Amino acid sequence: MPAPIRLRELIRTIRTARTQAEEREMIQKECAAIRSSFREEDNTYRCRNVAKLLYMHMLGYPAHFGQLECLKLIASQKFTDKRIGYLGAMLLLDERQDVHLLMTNCIKNDLNHSTQYVQGLALCTLGCMGSSEMCRDLAGEVEKLLKTSNSYLRKKAALCAVHVIRKVPELMEMFLPATKNLLSEKNHGVLHTSVVLLTEMCERSPDMLSHFRKLVPQLVRILKNLIMSGYSPEHDVSGISDPFLQVRILRLLRILGKGDDDSSEAMNDILAQVATNTETSKNVGNAILYETVLTIMDIKSESGLRVLAINILGRFLLNNDKNIRYVALTSLLKTVQTDHNAVQRHRSTIVDCLKDLDVSIKRRAMELSFALVNGNNIRGMMKELLYFLDSCDPDFKADCASGIFLAAEKYAPSKRWHIDTIMRVLTTAGSYVRDDSVPNLIQLITNSVEMHAYTVQRLYKALLDDISQQPLVQVASWCIGEYGDLLVSGQCEEEEPIQVSEDEVLDVLEGLLVSNLSTPVTRGYSLTAIMKLSTRFSSLNRIKKVVSIYGSSIDVELQQRAVEYNALFKKYDHMRPALLERMPIMEKTATNGPSETVQTNGETDSTILDTKHLPSISQPASQANDLLDLLGGNDVVPIIQTTVPTKPASAGGELLDLLGDLSLTVIPPMTAYNKNGLIIEFTFERSNPNPNIAVITIHATNSTEADMTEFVFQAAVPKTFQLQLLSPSSNVVPAFNQGSVTQVIRVLNPQKQQLRMRIKLTYTHKGSPVQDLAEVNNFPPQSWQ
Amino acid sequence: VLSLTVQPRCKIIRFILIQNRAGKTRLAKWYMQFDDDEKQKLIEEVHAVVTVRDAKHTNFVEFRNFKIIYRRYAGLYFCICVDVTDNNLAYLEAIHNFVEVLNEYFHNVCELDLVFNFYKVYTVVDEMFLAGEIRETSQTKVLKQLLMLQSLE
Repeated sequence: MPAPIRLRELIRTIRTARTQAEEREMIQKECAAIRSSFREEDNTYRCRNVAKLLYMHMLGYPAHFGQLECLKLIASQKFTDKRIGYLGAMLLLDERQDVHLLMTNCIKNDLNHSTQYVQGLALCTLGCMGSSEMCRDLAGEVEKLLKTSNSYLRKKAALCAVHVIRKVPELMEMFLPATKNLLSEKNHGVLHTSVVLLTEMCERSPDMLSHFRKLVPQLVRILKNLIMSGYSPEHDVSGISDPFLQVRILRLLRILGKGDDDSSEAMNDILAQVATNTETSKNVGNAILYETVLTIMDIKSESGLRVLAINILGRFLLNNDKNIRYVALTSLLKTVQTDHNAVQRHRSTIVDCLKDLDVSIKRRAMELSFALVNGNNIRGMMKELLYFLDSCDPDFKADCASGIFLAAEKYAPSKRWHIDTIMRVLTTAGSYVRDDSVPNLIQLITNSVEMHAYTVQRLYKALLDDISQQPLVQVASWCIGEYGDLLVSGQCEEEEPIQVSEDEVLDVLEGLLVSNLSTPVTRGYSLTAIMKLSTRFSSLNRIKKVVSIYGSSIDVELQQRAVEYNALFKKYDHMRPALLERMPIMEKTATNGPSETVQTNGETDSTILDTKHLPSISQPASQANDLLDLLGGNDVVPIIQTTVPTKPASAGGELLDLLGDLSLTVIPPMTAYNKNGLIIEFTFERSNPNPNIAVITIHATNSTEADMTEFVFQAAVPKTFQLQLLSPSSNVVPAFNQGSVTQVIRVLNPQKQQLRMRIKLTYTHKGSPVQDLAEVNNFPPQSWQ
Repeated sequence: VLSLTVQPRCKIIRFILIQNRAGKTRLAKWYMQFDDDEKQKLIEEVHAVVTVRDAKHTNFVEFRNFKIIYRRYAGLYFCICVDVTDNNLAYLEAIHNFVEVLNEYFHNVCELDLVFNFYKVYTVVDEMFLAGEIRETSQTKVLKQLLMLQSLE
């Protein structure tokens, strides 16, 4: 058999192939030759053949028949064989292959080989793709190599250890002794990989994290040396000494300093130093600065440092390099809630980024801009945002429009401004506006009574221009239906009133009905609008005609409406004026129950909220679920409790006064709970606008000789009810009845069912925690009938 | 749905790719488990995402639930796939470091060098990265090691 062709030749040949089919043919031919060569168990050319096989694998062709050959190469004594063998193993032999485990022994031997390069190959392979079993078997060898004095091997061993820990976290303990002296290394490579290893261990185990906190001073020193030292040719990148190591140390410091006052203080100075001394003209420096900013934001840094960090981000925004702008915007987005004022200072730069060319930068700038809008800057910001809305990609329009509506609703300086802004959005991005904005807008317009004439006039004019944007058309039709009388009478105060006749208005509305551009929903709106005008306009005959035509429309919805309106004209004409009169001011429904109350999740960031004020309000949701279980599951609605207890609720006091004034309709109070010196009384009041809501105030008093602290009251009701718990007046029930804790509960009972409640009380009394459950069934009938 | 998540917030390099504009892979180093067809799919997706971008885009792309840091050198795209919370700018430097080493090692490297010496390219990668982390960043050290290894051939 002639000697198999060399790798170079094969590559050259394959590259001459002009079509995919030709290439495939060549590959197949070569594979066949390689297969027969493998069968002959030829040692000399095995290496060459496997190399060729790997090349073909890289082109995308199957090469699994070479797996065992790789193993044989690994077992060989020649370095060139081993090297290709290990490469083949890394490319072809992942964990899912059966032969994977056969490597274990070879790797074990090679880890103890006399040549460091062979040891290196073994470490590398194990570190890249070793399975959990292999890692378990070989962890001991890796640990040994971690302690060797050979820095070439130590580096590889450190990262190999990282891989082992990722695969088999239980083995982490094993590497602990070896880490003792890692940071006293001078060799940068070893230092770097050691920091990586320490980072991995700290991220995975809180115990390790506390153990390694003592390394903070050492890390600070190393970082300081890196910055202060002169030019070091080996690790220099554009004048900065080993930036990769600096970044890794900063990251480790971040993990160690998070949530820990002492460590954070120890690193304050060095962070400030890095932040101010690093050269910012090239990407390298900015990479370090970025990591520094991330660290400052995460640890418990003093406010001066935080402001410094945000200013760095602000400077990033002015950088020419778009990568840096992108990175800055992403970070600012994360910090805008906590450091709002500092970020505000960079508002104009952020707004400029709206005009950037890169889509992802634009999106982040938009989100940030919305986060920064407040009562002071609303006019200026809105101008920019509306301009952005005009010119941005369609993907953005929906989100931008919603954001604008929200911001306008919160901060509108005047009703007229608000309406103008809405008009602008509807006319520029009308088709991208979300469906639920139409009813919201209608409500808003209804409630701005003095702007009715102005609004309907503007909407009418907009309709004359363009009837293709459905949300705009729907809102406009509705308004014309409601306020058409103001339109024709020319009553507008805000701007020059237009002259328009009843017929012209009806022309426009009828035009909507017949236009191809109108959706069925829009048609429904315009038909109803026309109908409403029958009580506001005088051209009754025309309206009657239109309505009767649609009585035979194919669209079922339109047909139904038309038929009903027809009936209004004929048999029920006496009711028509009342039915079609002006809509009253609509209130936003307040009875949305638990979904409206604020939920604290257990993961509240401790750096934001002062934990002293939140003694026992952790994970109320899970406690509510406990209640669920207790009540036998299915017929209960979980309650979500509100956050920080505020100053004593005035609700309690006023309630008592109210009750004093009320005469016969007073609902008697009741004692809901009386045990161990804790008495809880319920007092009632009907919520005025909605008779289905009962407002209960609980009064908790303590007749024992010790205070009851960390007092938490929770309640659950059956499914047909909805319950809302407001903030309690305090968390301490003072002893000897010296005061009480009050809390307001609102219960919505639309089905007028008998009120039942299960309550759970937790508090600390004389140093020990107390918990109790009780059923409350003795509600007075007036509270729920 | 391909399972590309390791444990949450695991800051590991998922893979390193070198591809040319036509989509041919010149190097594919995986630091996580993938099936062969998953790998193929990923390669195609990365290529599609990266080649449509030009000078006015940033060097970062959100990809599935993490991101790709990439840079184009002549006709080759060097891509590193990392966690979303990782430092973009630092990895950009890492790519550049890697390319400079290749350049020095192959004396003004061009695509053909990477093709004919593909196994050597893997060696360079393994000297600079391991277990999904950056291992050695000093160009002088890496080049010294590479020359030593070469002398053993």
